[in-house]
Amino acid sequence: MTTTIENVSRRDFLKAGVVAGAGLTLGVWFGPHAEAAATSAGGGITPNAFVRIGADDSVTVIVKHLEMGQGTYTGLPTLVAEELDAAWSQIRVEGAPADARRYNNLFWGPAQGTGGSTAMGNSFEQMRRAGAAARAMLVAAAAKEWQVPAASIRVAQGVVSHASGRKATFGQLAARAAEQEVPAEVKLKEPAEFIYIGKRAPRTDSRAKVRGTAIFTQDVRLPGMLTAVVARPPRFGARVKSFDAARAKAVKGVVEVVAIPNGVAVLAKDFWSAKKGRDALAVSWDESGAFRLGTAEILAQYRELAKQPGAVAAERGDVAKALAGAAKVIEADYEFPYLAHAAMEPLNCVVRLADDGCEVWNGEQLQTVDQYALAGLLGLKPEQVRLNMLYAGGSFGRRGNPKSDYLLEAASIARALTGGPHAGKPVKMQWTREDDMRAGFYRPLFLHRLKGAVDADGNPLAWSQRLVGQSIVAGTAFEGMIKNGVDATSVEGAANLPYAIPHFRVDLHSPTLGVPVQWWRSVGSTHTAFATEVFLDELCHAAGKDPVAWRRELLAAHPRHRGVLDLAASQAGWDKPLAPGKAGEKRGRGIAVHESFHSYVAEVAEVTVKADGSFGVDRVVCAVDCGIAVNPDIVRAQMEGGIVFGLTAALYGEVTLREGQVEQSNFTDYPLLRVHEMPKIEVHIVASNEKPTGVGEPGTPVIAPAVANALFAATGKRLRSLPLRLS
Amino acid sequence: MIALNINDRRVEVDAAPDTPLLWVLRDHLGLTGTKYGCGVAQCGACTVHLNGAPARACMTPVSAAVGQKITTIEGAKSKAARAVMAAWEKLDVVQCGFCQPGQVMSAAALLASNPKPSDADIDAALAGNLCRCGTYQRIRAAIHEAAKTLSVGGKS
Ligand code: FES
Ligand code: FES
Repeated sequence: MTTTIENVSRRDFLKAGVVAGAGLTLGVWFGPHAEAAATSAGGGITPNAFVRIGADDSVTVIVKHLEMGQGTYTGLPTLVAEELDAAWSQIRVEGAPADARRYNNLFWGPAQGTGGSTAMGNSFEQMRRAGAAARAMLVAAAAKEWQVPAASIRVAQGVVSHASGRKATFGQLAARAAEQEVPAEVKLKEPAEFIYIGKRAPRTDSRAKVRGTAIFTQDVRLPGMLTAVVARPPRFGARVKSFDAARAKAVKGVVEVVAIPNGVAVLAKDFWSAKKGRDALAVSWDESGAFRLGTAEILAQYRELAKQPGAVAAERGDVAKALAGAAKVIEADYEFPYLAHAAMEPLNCVVRLADDGCEVWNGEQLQTVDQYALAGLLGLKPEQVRLNMLYAGGSFGRRGNPKSDYLLEAASIARALTGGPHAGKPVKMQWTREDDMRAGFYRPLFLHRLKGAVDADGNPLAWSQRLVGQSIVAGTAFEGMIKNGVDATSVEGAANLPYAIPHFRVDLHSPTLGVPVQWWRSVGSTHTAFATEVFLDELCHAAGKDPVAWRRELLAAHPRHRGVLDLAASQAGWDKPLAPGKAGEKRGRGIAVHESFHSYVAEVAEVTVKADGSFGVDRVVCAVDCGIAVNPDIVRAQMEGGIVFGLTAALYGEVTLREGQVEQSNFTDYPLLRVHEMPKIEVHIVASNEKPTGVGEPGTPVIAPAVANALFAATGKRLRSLPLRLS
Repeated sequence: MIALNINDRRVEVDAAPDTPLLWVLRDHLGLTGTKYGCGVAQCGACTVHLNGAPARACMTPVSAAVGQKITTIEGAKSKAARAVMAAWEKLDVVQCGFCQPGQVMSAAALLASNPKPSDADIDAALAGNLCRCGTYQRIRAAIHEAAKTLSVGGKS
């Protein structure tokens, strides 16, 4: 039996060179090439790399993906419990170690990591097969012991039984099950037989997270551990010229000050002393190579660039000719700022160096990339880098840095201790919130230049979209995603616009700039969904059509887009007029639909605009088609959270530069949505038997265009830049 | 040495008086349930109770906590706190979970003083607690749920 590797857009994620020579195979977890079941100490059984059954009846599911809030520590165990017929209460969860041979992301080839909303999709069969195999081995053990045919044995809720009255728990059978052969073939359940999939299994991490006992990187405490706080350059690309550590060393608790490639680290026994020491440091910086542009200058350059054609990402028909012959052409620029991830847990990483390798504690998102990066820095073999994957206090992409930036920084500090009195001590590098806000790796600033036309019958005729923005993958291990000069992550959601438009062209400029950029929850769709869904609304208005009816028509060939559109519109009561606001208030309703990471989402937003131009979002109706909803409650939670994330960007999100310096520092000037601004969110899930696809990201990109379209409906004002500002 | 009353126990710590209570809890005492999110009283991840009232430990110098009854998430055992935790679990409020001890502490303090809060009361009491994962809708529902169980419990 082999595991089929899906050909999805995130395949070929890595440049071949990064993992060359590692001798990895795809989907090694089981089947003819599999390791034999291993009996662990204490009479338990580890039938494969994903399931361990203890003599105490515990079923430990080893999850290869990072739990950063999206629910993978619940969703993946659900798959095992389903096919194993375990009781939910006996499920335990353990994060997998770094081992790309066993724990690779099946959509990424020979690399382990979490991203692109792939955790459920790539694990759906794998984890079910793991559970089914373990079940078969338990059944075989019981059949042998009871001398009955395996086919006559039943398994339910963690108990194996036979009509004769014999029964045994998983734990009682575990030791003997380990002696059974690993089945070469397993039969998976039909959807009608599911007992967990499609129902709500409670989250496995709720209890610990509610009680404060869940361990994040911030909470790691190791014997002898030092905490490091780093002084970083005031501008990207600046370097340390010299520094005076005297005042830092005078701070009580500070034990060491070391230079690292991108700054100066102050180490102390505790965070507060290290931070005081860092703030007392006197550093002079060499800014000769520093980036010095401001946001306005960058935008001006991008507008110039947009006058020239870029690398073609998609083309059909003849856009230039169609636009030239059109009675009316609509043109508009859409602009998007840099955005910080601002996860609730400021970045951090714990590193301990020893003679034979390096051990890391981290909310670890890109195991294989990070192993190679750290091995390269430290002169180790990748397998000498041990990664302990802890809960991440959010990530939204930031912890999956294609350049392993913060892990390398932490390792550099640990390495700088070599030969000194603190060599070999574990180092916890902790960024302050201000560090986290200013150290870069933002969602790139983008400019979209749109041109479009509708014909005399009100049908769209032509669509031209030119994007200008930095490439996220250029110069990283993911560079292979650039094809013919087009970074797929820049144009996703635009190049594959689903609407039936005869003349269509998307092209791209990817200027190189000194501002570090990175993927941010839903990546390219963070800007493409807004530009496309708002500009479509502009054309729709010009055509004099209804936004839902027009989209429906143009999506005739895309039933899943249509499905969510129809569901959201009907649940929102699109065909009935919106209730009016109080005197002086204007209300409006807008819709947007977008596919990202193979999931389809439509959202209807209702807004109220006050006389003074301030506005709020009252209600959001969301419809999602993510194939089989393994855990509908988590799907709903991810839509709710994704909408808040996207709404925060729509209302507030903006990192600006002034002469190269980041102007924001903390939640005072980079505000996040708060509870009193929260709209009522209703989530509806399309019933489906398609394979499950991601839900962590797809809810996010749809809300900003829905709100902008609602504001247009309310006020007649078309907002084309984020964040949305009416006055 | 500074003497503190934390979770009904007397402890002594060797810290500078201006050290924020947050870092005394986390680094000196190993009470890591109270989180660092911003350091400037903007996010609420560090919320503890001082004599039952919610306070941001990141902006409270340890010297200011002397003589007060300090309660952290680890020691939150009141009826209100237990109801809040149970409701949080029942509705699966958490996502990444990093903000949640602070949310729980703010919610428990609210319910202790106002057993039947309205949405507006919740907004006022929880506005200082950010959740980047966007769990606000469930937080609101869970507070109402906890209020319900408390009122039922009160009658029996
Ligand atoms: S850490 Fe205290 S309010 Fe944010
Ligand atoms: S649950 Fe992640 S910040 Fe609130």
